[in-house]
Amino acid sequence: MSVDQATVRRIARLARIAVDDAAVPHLQGEINAILGFVEQLNEVDVSGVPPMTSVTPMRMKKRADIVNDGGDAARILANAPAREDDFFVVPKVVE
Amino acid sequence: MTAHINPKKLIKGATGDWEVIIGLEIHAQVNSSAKLFSGSSTGFGAEPNSHVSLVDAAMPGMLPVINEECVAQAIRTGLGLNAKIHLRSVFDRKNYFYPDLPQGYQISQYKDPIVGEGKILVDVGPDETIEVGIERLHLEQDAGKSIHDLDPRNSFVDLNRSGVALMEIVSKPDLRSSEEAKAYVSKMRTILRYLGTCDGDMEKGNLRADVNVSVRKPGEPLGTRCEIKNVNSIRFIGQAIEYEARRQIGILEDGGAIDQETRLYDPGKGETRSMRSKEEAHDYRYFPDPDLLPLEFDQAYVDRLKAALPELPDVKKARFIADYGLSPYDAMVLTLEHESADFFEAVAKGRDGKASANWIINELFGRLNKEGILISASPVSADLLGVVIDRIADGTISGKMAKDLFDIIWRTNADPEAKTGRLNTREDIDVLIEATGMKQVTDTGEIEKLVDDIIAANPDKAEQARSKPGMLGWFVGQVMKSSGGKANPAAVSDLLKAKIGLE
Repeated sequence: MSVDQATVRRIARLARIAVDDAAVPHLQGEINAILGFVEQLNEVDVSGVPPMTSVTPMRMKKRADIVNDGGDAARILANAPAREDDFFVVPKVVE
Repeated sequence: MTAHINPKKLIKGATGDWEVIIGLEIHAQVNSSAKLFSGSSTGFGAEPNSHVSLVDAAMPGMLPVINEECVAQAIRTGLGLNAKIHLRSVFDRKNYFYPDLPQGYQISQYKDPIVGEGKILVDVGPDETIEVGIERLHLEQDAGKSIHDLDPRNSFVDLNRSGVALMEIVSKPDLRSSEEAKAYVSKMRTILRYLGTCDGDMEKGNLRADVNVSVRKPGEPLGTRCEIKNVNSIRFIGQAIEYEARRQIGILEDGGAIDQETRLYDPGKGETRSMRSKEEAHDYRYFPDPDLLPLEFDQAYVDRLKAALPELPDVKKARFIADYGLSPYDAMVLTLEHESADFFEAVAKGRDGKASANWIINELFGRLNKEGILISASPVSADLLGVVIDRIADGTISGKMAKDLFDIIWRTNADPEAKTGRLNTREDIDVLIEATGMKQVTDTGEIEKLVDDIIAANPDKAEQARSKPGMLGWFVGQVMKSSGGKANPAAVSDLLKAKIGLE
């Protein structure tokens, strides 16, 4: 599996990462090297082996339905580049 | 799929009949105190960003921990939809970019949802019940809210909803008309409210639907579908489908083709329009969320939840038909909301089921709707309505008087100023009947005198009535009139027959 330059640009756009055209061939080479590396895994037959989700058998931790967080808008908005009262403000996005 | 083509549901086009195929994705907000993966509140209407934890705001390093009650609610819902519960399911990340999604992905379930296939029965009208297949139900996070109309150049973001648990319930494409789709959503809402797993409040956006619509000539393969996003009322769902089906038929009959796309319904204009084309919008790059282990529980856990489920609407409806002798339609109407069903059972206890149903459906529901009052706040309680029905049954008052009595009780108890005058007990009602002189005259002596007077005053008509029994109605009317409407009509009729010499 390998990616072409159009795919590199698309991945960058989906991830909202600015990539100028000059950098595309280099990134293409890097991504393809990684994919080639990962492709080696195909040499192992894993049919019938369930995906491993944890090294030791364990169950997902659950929380009780209790409100014990929130109520601190100041902390949530502390890093906001722009705010109005307690709203985050972003450039207009509307359909 | 071609199994149930009902000619009445087809839409007439210029080139013949068209069949509409509809599937729905319902997003139902889970009833819980805290969010799906954090301890902040799900409460509605709070100050902006006040119900937000660092997890909901997607601060680096924060880890989600699942709310067990949300899992239980999803399982209960699955059981209520007669669906298969998956003892192991997986959370995935659905990646997309939007300012009200601080994580940059929604935690959802993709290949392994918590609930699999099921089915529900839907009453489309008094005489038609259809079965609608459920494809799946999965748990996911809600996004925050963007507000576009507070500023000309900017959007404002409130993350209070961010991370609230949603159940996405996907139907099979089994619906064939806007009526069926509306009835399906309505039934789903009823089931969710019975289960207590979602409050079904569409005005608050707690239940909303994405509607998939395509059209085809009967018997042909499925057409290309369009998805109408985020419709938030049952009426709008119906209108959007009607518009969209006709739009597609128009395009196809003009020789065009349908583009698979996402559309929005504009209730003001009554039309759907294409959302700005986002060709990459559907590239969600799902993958299992590495922050969360698979969700696992055992069958015993499911069985415990199942044992504690309330009686569901279909079972209750069947019981009302069997135990109270109600018509299927009346039983359906009374079981739409469990509060109505409980009210009915309180009234019908030890009384005639049909009479109780009639009073609730015709008088009480009519009045509640007219005045926009919920049954839980009815000024006429189940006990008092029961007394009214008892007094008709024992002949104290007539049906007509009972309606007046009902009105008086309603107005007295609905008046917030009249605290002292509130009617609460059986005795209060009996005193009221006495005080208003509403009492029906059943004393045969009194009625007999009235009957005698009328016959004596109209000897020619009495003579006619002997050969023409239809005249009896005129006499009953005269006696009722002279009694001021208080005579018991059945007693009057019996006496007249005897006196005039009929039978």
